[in-house]
Amino acid sequence: MSDTTNPRNLSDDDRVESDRLLHDALTGGKLPRWATAAVAAAALVVAIVLNLLTSVDGVAGTLVVAVLLFVAFQTLWSFRVEGRRHAVDRLATTAVYATFVIALAPLVAVLLTVIVQGFQVISAEFLTTSMRGVSPRAEGGGLYHALIGTLQQVGIATLFGVPLGVLTAIYLVEYAPSAKNRRLARAVSFFVDVMTGVPSVVVGLFIYTAFVLTLGMQRSGFAASLALTILMLPVIVRSTEEMLRIVPNELREASFALGIPKWRTILKVVLPTALSGIITGAMLAIARVAGETAPLLLTTFFTNSINVNPFNGPQAALPTFIWDQFNSGTDPSRSRAWGGALVLIVIVMLLYAGAKLIARYTGVKK
Amino acid sequence: MSTTVEPPGAPSSAPTADGIKGQAVRRGDRVFLGLSRGAGVMILAIMASIAAFLVWRAIPSLQANTANFFTETQWSPDAEPAFFGIAALAFGTLMTSIIAMLLAVPVGIGIALFIAHYAGRRLAAVLGFVTDLLAAVPSIIFGMWGLAFLMPQMEGLLVWLSTYLGFIPLFQNDLEQYTRSLAIAGTVLAIMILPTISAISREVFVQTPREHIEASLALGATRWEMVRMAIFPFAKPGMISASMLGLGRALGETIAVALILSASFDINWHITEPGGTTFAANIALKWNEAGTIGLSALIASGLVLFFITLAVNMAARIVIARRSDFSGAN
Amino acid sequence: MAKRIDVTDLDIYYGSFKAVEGATFSVEPRSITAFIGPSGCGKSTVLRSLNRMHEVIPGAYVDGDVLLDGEDIYGADIDPVNVRRTIGMVFQRPNPFPTMSIYDNVVAGLRLEGGKRRKADLDDMVEKSLRGANLWEEVKDRLDRPGSSLSGGQQQRLCIARAIAVEPQVLLMDEPCSALDPISTLAIEDLMEELKERFTIVIVTHNMQQAARVSDTTAFFNLSGVGKPGRLVEMATTEAMFSNPTQQATEDYISGRFG
Repeated sequence: MSDTTNPRNLSDDDRVESDRLLHDALTGGKLPRWATAAVAAAALVVAIVLNLLTSVDGVAGTLVVAVLLFVAFQTLWSFRVEGRRHAVDRLATTAVYATFVIALAPLVAVLLTVIVQGFQVISAEFLTTSMRGVSPRAEGGGLYHALIGTLQQVGIATLFGVPLGVLTAIYLVEYAPSAKNRRLARAVSFFVDVMTGVPSVVVGLFIYTAFVLTLGMQRSGFAASLALTILMLPVIVRSTEEMLRIVPNELREASFALGIPKWRTILKVVLPTALSGIITGAMLAIARVAGETAPLLLTTFFTNSINVNPFNGPQAALPTFIWDQFNSGTDPSRSRAWGGALVLIVIVMLLYAGAKLIARYTGVKK
Repeated sequence: MSTTVEPPGAPSSAPTADGIKGQAVRRGDRVFLGLSRGAGVMILAIMASIAAFLVWRAIPSLQANTANFFTETQWSPDAEPAFFGIAALAFGTLMTSIIAMLLAVPVGIGIALFIAHYAGRRLAAVLGFVTDLLAAVPSIIFGMWGLAFLMPQMEGLLVWLSTYLGFIPLFQNDLEQYTRSLAIAGTVLAIMILPTISAISREVFVQTPREHIEASLALGATRWEMVRMAIFPFAKPGMISASMLGLGRALGETIAVALILSASFDINWHITEPGGTTFAANIALKWNEAGTIGLSALIASGLVLFFITLAVNMAARIVIARRSDFSGAN
Repeated sequence: MAKRIDVTDLDIYYGSFKAVEGATFSVEPRSITAFIGPSGCGKSTVLRSLNRMHEVIPGAYVDGDVLLDGEDIYGADIDPVNVRRTIGMVFQRPNPFPTMSIYDNVVAGLRLEGGKRRKADLDDMVEKSLRGANLWEEVKDRLDRPGSSLSGGQQQRLCIARAIAVEPQVLLMDEPCSALDPISTLAIEDLMEELKERFTIVIVTHNMQQAARVSDTTAFFNLSGVGKPGRLVEMATTEAMFSNPTQQATEDYISGRFG
């Protein structure tokens, strides 16, 4: 690389030397293509030998040893032949691939556990009856009452949360930059961030103190939905904000140039352009709060009976149903808990899939 | 909300025939600005009232408390006289969160890199969708799974840790029981916040401008050097906010932890032994058996949790703000 | 420092789509070679295949020989990372690293080498490279400011400084002036005249006057038809190309009849 002689005056010998330097500069030493596979195979073989000869035991243990050996072999070989930079690069690549395998295993295990355990109890009866009069030790019963509660609570929360969140995002993106008083906007933006970090159980406490202790309301599905609203808000604001910022400024300017006032520009140009992203964000927010348990325990508790009035008394919901059944600890109640988990996951996944479909079919995407 | 009604017959906000003369600020704009600003103010109001209500309702128990609120480990607010403190709660909360972050941040960023820049396009799309779906798995399900599936699986590893690394106090296990421990709760938390961290990191990784990636490659950077030169600097605020969201979730996570830990009110550095509890789990577990002072004490502990998460978020925001000069947004 | 490039029968693909077919040409050391042609004719693609930047795009690959002083840069034992280090590149849009200062941008490539470098040596390299890019006088007092604080033309010269700091053999420039104003463009063109004393330069340009002004050799690329791959129509000294092209298509393009 440091070949700085002037090539114009090169002798033939120098020229040969310079060609060699160039070759070295370009190859810099490189492991053959089959290196990764060879090292992997060697590591596996050594690990199996260790498994047979030493205390290394079990499939998982042997695999871990094999991976460690693979990393060690490859890094050493690469360091010798290719140098430090490539050795580090290979190490990083291995680590990145490894993280994925490490992560995917438990995540898939969660889904499999829920599906396998849950399918055993899912039936028409399970979906259409409540737990009224069913003892924890008995088979039967269902989560109909919880389904109603979740739909109502999440529905009300969405009704409040989405408009509030979208409006806040509009304020932050469309109005705040041109406002004279930027301090308010900065405070709002800051506290939206802070709000994402507020634990759901604290929100439950707040609703309880404000609405039950202070206003004297009873614990109810409505109180729960207020807690869920607060939990949805920052998610919706952030996702909407992100989408609004992606909308190109040229679109807004084009609209202003046609003499269309700002609020109509926002409604007719900006929001539709960002719509799929906003809906996606909202659905993700809904999916997120649908599984919240702690705030519901605090604000509405649960019941075994059907309660279709969210303003009156304890109302069941899927997460609290699962919590109650799981903690009852008997075999039938635990399997009901898994059934509830499966239903809850299916609902959440449907919301996700729906969000993705909407994003795909309404066009606008990054 | 404000309900400004346009008088009947008033011209709509379309330009009037006499050209550019008109209201300087249109009514529609004013209403819309008012609405959206109102929504923003509402957020501030909610945050302020969370603090205000919790403080107000925490006071009775703090007045009744005969122990030091910050150093006492026991939790008996409904006893006569009341004595309780958050030392054990704070310890358990921080310990589980630290374990979770140590495990989840590198792995989460690794997953995000894998999806964004290492995997092929089709594989990346599928895997991205999978992690998206998993981000939505409710925490109660993680808790059940942790108890029913993960805990037995982890026993071997924890035994190994305490056998060979037992000289480190953290891994020491005098009880020879390896269930319902802070280590298991922390691991479940790590898995729970993994999709959050990876999904958000991936989003910013993908947005790294192609020009910066190509600039580094054209300088002769290896793939990892490209990641460090072009992707990480660009994505740093995003990675911080991803970790911040993950930490927030870990600190405040309630149900999964409540299911897994066998609650005990002590400070036990042996993280593989059963026991420990957290702010959030304690609130959920004690809520329905608490008397008046008990509720107030739980609210007081919730207030502390609120302030801790507040501090974490603010710290993260300051880190982001300091680099805004170099953010790449200009 | 400067090397020659010989390309033989180069086919370039994006997945199953063949973007360029059968390109054969040579680039002389210490000269400026301009690639011209209508949009989508594959001239940028050819440029990017000269330092293996083409394959950075998923599914992209090439077939054929690209020799750098006789060494096939697509050879089995060749490391693309080293190829890119030996053959520098400047892009259409100025792309300084936004999180790095002007100083750090210039030494970004050097720092990859690792090892301890003395601050004074780095300072010297920064000054030398920035002087080489005709930017030193404008930025010497604010080397710690972000690279993105500069104007577009300055940013592009910063990118050139960054590229020449690692002392490559060849400098590839992909429409380096298309995002710049006329005065900045002129500054870059002057700079290229100086740089060709030290580097082999290949430039892609949309601007025929620019090709005529700066280049010694011009290659004209064109599509062989709608949806068909691009190909090299003809290549000659710039003077010959602009005064006396042998192909009708070249004459049509140069005289502005299409493209």
